[in-house]
Amino acid sequence: MTGRHEGRTRGWRARVAGILGLCAAGLLAGAPASAAIGEPEKWELKFGFIKLTDMVPLAIAYERGYFEDEGLYVTLEAQANWKVLFDRVVSGELDGAHMLAPMPLGAATGVITKSEIVTPFTLSYNGAAITVSNAVWAEMEKTVPVEDGKPKHPVSAAALKPVLESYKAQGRTFNLAMTFPVGTHNYLERYWLAAGGINPGVYAPQKGDNSGSLGAEALLSVVPPPQMVPTMEAGTTAGYCVGEPWNQQAVTKGLGVPVITSENIWTDGADKVFGMTGEFVQKNPNTTVRVVKALIRASYWLDENGNANRPEAVKIIARPAYVGADEKVIANSMTGTFEFEKGDKRPVPDFNKFFRGQYGIPYYSDAIWWLTQMRRWGHITEHQPDSWYLETAKRAFRPDIYVAAAKELIADGVMQASDFPDLDKATFIKAPQAGPLDGIVYDGTQPNAYIDSFAIGLKGSAQP
Amino acid sequence: METTRTPAWFAARARAWDARGAGRQLASLTRALAMPLLGIAIFLLLWQAGAARVQTTLGQLPGPALVWSEAKGLHREYLMDREREAAFHARQQERAAKMAAANPGAAAAPVRPYTASPTFYTQIVTSLKTVMSGFLLSALLAIPVGIAIGLSGPLHGAVNPLIQVFKPVSPLAWLPLVTLVVASVHDNPDPAVPKSFITSLITVALCCVWPTVINTAVGVASVSDDLNNVSKVLRLGWLQHVRRIVLPAAVPMIFTGLRLSLGVAWMVLIAAEMLSQNPGLGKFIWDEFQNGSSQSLGRIMVAVITIGLIGFLLDRVMLALQRVVSWDKNAVTR
Repeated sequence: MTGRHEGRTRGWRARVAGILGLCAAGLLAGAPASAAIGEPEKWELKFGFIKLTDMVPLAIAYERGYFEDEGLYVTLEAQANWKVLFDRVVSGELDGAHMLAPMPLGAATGVITKSEIVTPFTLSYNGAAITVSNAVWAEMEKTVPVEDGKPKHPVSAAALKPVLESYKAQGRTFNLAMTFPVGTHNYLERYWLAAGGINPGVYAPQKGDNSGSLGAEALLSVVPPPQMVPTMEAGTTAGYCVGEPWNQQAVTKGLGVPVITSENIWTDGADKVFGMTGEFVQKNPNTTVRVVKALIRASYWLDENGNANRPEAVKIIARPAYVGADEKVIANSMTGTFEFEKGDKRPVPDFNKFFRGQYGIPYYSDAIWWLTQMRRWGHITEHQPDSWYLETAKRAFRPDIYVAAAKELIADGVMQASDFPDLDKATFIKAPQAGPLDGIVYDGTQPNAYIDSFAIGLKGSAQP
Repeated sequence: METTRTPAWFAARARAWDARGAGRQLASLTRALAMPLLGIAIFLLLWQAGAARVQTTLGQLPGPALVWSEAKGLHREYLMDREREAAFHARQQERAAKMAAANPGAAAAPVRPYTASPTFYTQIVTSLKTVMSGFLLSALLAIPVGIAIGLSGPLHGAVNPLIQVFKPVSPLAWLPLVTLVVASVHDNPDPAVPKSFITSLITVALCCVWPTVINTAVGVASVSDDLNNVSKVLRLGWLQHVRRIVLPAAVPMIFTGLRLSLGVAWMVLIAAEMLSQNPGLGKFIWDEFQNGSSQSLGRIMVAVITIGLIGFLLDRVMLALQRVVSWDKNAVTR
């Protein structure tokens, strides 16, 4: 007995010291030391999303433990539609949500419920497409120029003009669907139609007309995405503009033909953003920065190594709790191809862009672009000076929070300064770029000049 | 020495186990079960044959075999979720251990619950909780009001038009109003009682209160004159009159009303959940519809059958409750 006791006292101090030393080394090497920002004020968060593939950064941040690394315990809950999602963020039931980029701007200007919604992170750039029914495509094909035996892309809406004429001759209205009035799909569809010389109509909210069909040749209305394919099949609508998987779904079922993807309407602009109430951001600054940190890491992973991780991402969001569509339908657009007509698969590497090239930064110039479209189509009823556009953008889009989060990630050692652009010098206004469809140059510092350069839509001091 | 008499119910059961009676019992049991089983079997065959002929944009309408495999898939998802929960707690413990090693003196971090999308079973439980809360609320409102208007003719005249006007209003019409009212009134959201839960239960209550009110009123008004005369002869006070004479006599009608209300409540809940975002079976169906995968139709069918079975069970529970409460044990209840 004495021998055993002596054996323990002789060695154990050294062994414990060794174990403690290893623990300390492990901590310094392994655990992220977030010493700069404090602990999150609110640990348990609920985020809403709509079942579109571009909610993927939220799913990845949850599944790969990026939220947990920040001490956040997040529940992701699918919402019935954009209106319900927005109302629940405003009422505080959701702490944040996957939102259409114009939504915080609509909230700031009062087009939708006047409230303070801010976004510190852009979840995705590009990512939408316009699909038309087989019958409409058959007519369009006759006038679309052909290159190498295939239709030349981008397809202009001018090819729709003969279809509109035939509908008018038959006394039918030409209906197109979109997801939400103050939304990316609505404004992109209108841009495409107008660039082809078709008037999609304007909204006249001050007259009480919220149908958006004042003077319209083509009527746009809201249809929930799962119903877009059946209503097109039934002939009620001729086509729609929506995110994935609904365009590839139509091609896979042989019910429609996507004609154009959104990066050919407006390249690399913010499509979906992560929105939170201004009150939440004010009360929970640490939590907000930590959420953005997790989302930056998720976006980075999605575009890492030339989209190498995308197949794994597809498997994750094919689960019924996330997007739930069949894997092969989601896989196309997420892995850099897009099927237009059945069998016509083309490479579209930038269909969904997360981190690569744009970094998830909520650019002021992106916000201003959406504001110009809101003005064009009557959601903003009066002429506003250029300074108003920048001020409104600054109220809703918060790149300052993004910069704080990026700096935290660099300090943690999780990401490197070379992964980001020079954030200290950034103005968050992109250089002027020419539109791929019509060549009209967009300069974020001169929104009114941009609005005035379009043939169709409100301009100058015109009121709807 | 007194012999204790065997109670009647015991004697009846004992007779049932009598060997001579066993054969007769088995025959009657078989007869009772055979027809329902035959009906179900024929329905399944017709379903399998008919489903093969219907093509939708989401694929062929699923037959019973496919629906059964989807049900098994839902169970598998439940098991995978339990595994993920275990992994989550393991990660949390690891993190807590690291933190404790770094700051030995600091208080232990609180154990955070597992956050994930609800499994099918959790959604069933949520739906049941919501429907029972809404139903109880409506019963608490409906029975006193029904008794009051049943006993008093003038009161009935005053309240009846309101009942007739509000009875036909669909839950989906109430939902926007209820959502807005709850959002503005219920300002401090307690995570344990989310707004979506309150919105759903109020909508359910608004729609299912009417059958109970009407049936209670009719039941109370049709208490036989003999019983009313007894009450007058004994000069019973109002409360005694209601408790001793009116309620027991009206129990069959009240329970009919309650059973109808429960049926309506269950139907309304599924519709309301689709928009109120209460995480129950209605939301499951809407989410599957939005998924649009090749399995979606099968999963929706599983949910439809589950809804039907639960509705059937709830009705049987109410029936059993009625038998317990009813004073006339010989009355036929089905």
